[in-house]
Amino acid sequence: MSTETVAIIDYGSGNLHSAAKAFERAARESGRDARICLTSDPEVVAAADRVVLPGVGAYADCRRGLDAVPGMVEAMTEVAQRAGRPFLGICVGMQLLASRGLEYETTPGLGWIPGDVAPIQPSDPTLKIPHMGWNTLRVARDHALLAGIPTGEDGLHAYFVHSFALAAERPEDVVAQAEYGGPVTAMVARGNIAGTQFHPEKSQRLGLALIANFLAWRP
Amino acid sequence: MLKTRIIPCLDVKDGRVVKGVRFEGLRDAGDPVEAAKVYDAAGADELCFLDITASREARGTLLDIVSRTAEACFMPLTVGGGVRTVEDVRALLLAGADKVAINTAAVKDPDLVARAAEKFGAQCIVVAIDAKRVSGPDEPARWEIFTHGGRDPTGIDAVAFARLVAEKGAGELLVTSMDKDGTRSGYDLALTRAISDAVTVPVIASGGVGGLDDLVAGVAQGGASAVLAASIFHFGQASVAEAKAHMAAAGLAMRLDGPASSARAPL
Repeated sequence: MSTETVAIIDYGSGNLHSAAKAFERAARESGRDARICLTSDPEVVAAADRVVLPGVGAYADCRRGLDAVPGMVEAMTEVAQRAGRPFLGICVGMQLLASRGLEYETTPGLGWIPGDVAPIQPSDPTLKIPHMGWNTLRVARDHALLAGIPTGEDGLHAYFVHSFALAAERPEDVVAQAEYGGPVTAMVARGNIAGTQFHPEKSQRLGLALIANFLAWRP
Repeated sequence: MLKTRIIPCLDVKDGRVVKGVRFEGLRDAGDPVEAAKVYDAAGADELCFLDITASREARGTLLDIVSRTAEACFMPLTVGGGVRTVEDVRALLLAGADKVAINTAAVKDPDLVARAAEKFGAQCIVVAIDAKRVSGPDEPARWEIFTHGGRDPTGIDAVAFARLVAEKGAGELLVTSMDKDGTRSGYDLALTRAISDAVTVPVIASGGVGGLDDLVAGVAQGGASAVLAASIFHFGQASVAEAKAHMAAAGLAMRLDGPASSARAPL
């Protein structure tokens, strides 16, 4: 098995060392030979075998950060849309896959998973916002990234921290939801593109298993 | 369903855990990174470091600890203590903290919370509220914010302050009763409840845990989304797993996923 390169895009959105370490550990534990690189270089992203787009903070801030790296959106588009290589968005990185974000102001997203990123509005007004902490996943359809992971009420937990969620236009793009006063989109996917609202790099067992699945994914 | 979080808290001074953590097999009881790894493997839902180092010069030591912890533990980490500026928040986030707790500086300048939340997102800004009951026994309960480890009164009403910082953009509030802290007689449940009812953001109960029933009460009566405790975990009185089992038996929704990975953390 040849060594694959996994590019984690660094565009000034927080610390990515723990994310990189989680990918390194998942690769090691699943016996996969992968080179994990944190990069802000569009050429490295364009040449990578797999690409991860993280993101924390406000939607508009993240979009501006991405646009501030010349050629980055083009490189991501090349990898994900034309070359069809595995692409994973995490948290705001997942929200950026949508058509637009409605946090503070309306901001265009990448438009790869059509839909808006809008405030979570739980039916129970006593539920706290942000949706913060560990929740289980309700799987809407099977997906390779969830292979072998126990899900449902009695399954493993994923770590969430967000006040906005992606409302996908096409129901088939939704892979999993969390229950929080109504369904909240937890994971989306279309073809070679996937995104998790939760943080796999903070989600202990579930997270490491999902990352290992991403490293093995052949969409 | 969202679960109630258990958050062990380590007080750190000059890069060492204050009083130490007494776990079997722990090589260095004073090393915060070693303790963090054990809590990660034990299934803690988050971890909190509170830095009580007096000098600003030792800041680099804290950043180093945060960075080594973030590289070894795949769980959310909150760091507080001595955070005064947006730059302090940035430095901790860049070192690998997931959330940063602001305490005295938020009392002096509540707009610091707004500036930090606008910059980094509300989800990573925790405001730590240290409060003492100031009402007499026959009066309606009232609490006041105290700073500098509970020594200095501010005259600021704790519930009104909680509302203010939540509006400014705090994503979570860490509410510590200075009356209860260290007494092992349970949380100040009326304080926790008053603040939890006043804000829409999650509240972490803190200060005074003496036994596992106190954790249950913090959620069931105090309305907290998460419970923080230090000594009952550090000194082996209860494990995180025992605490979770106890809370689950009391009817609270807990995460019972087991160890962090197939590989055991180095003990």
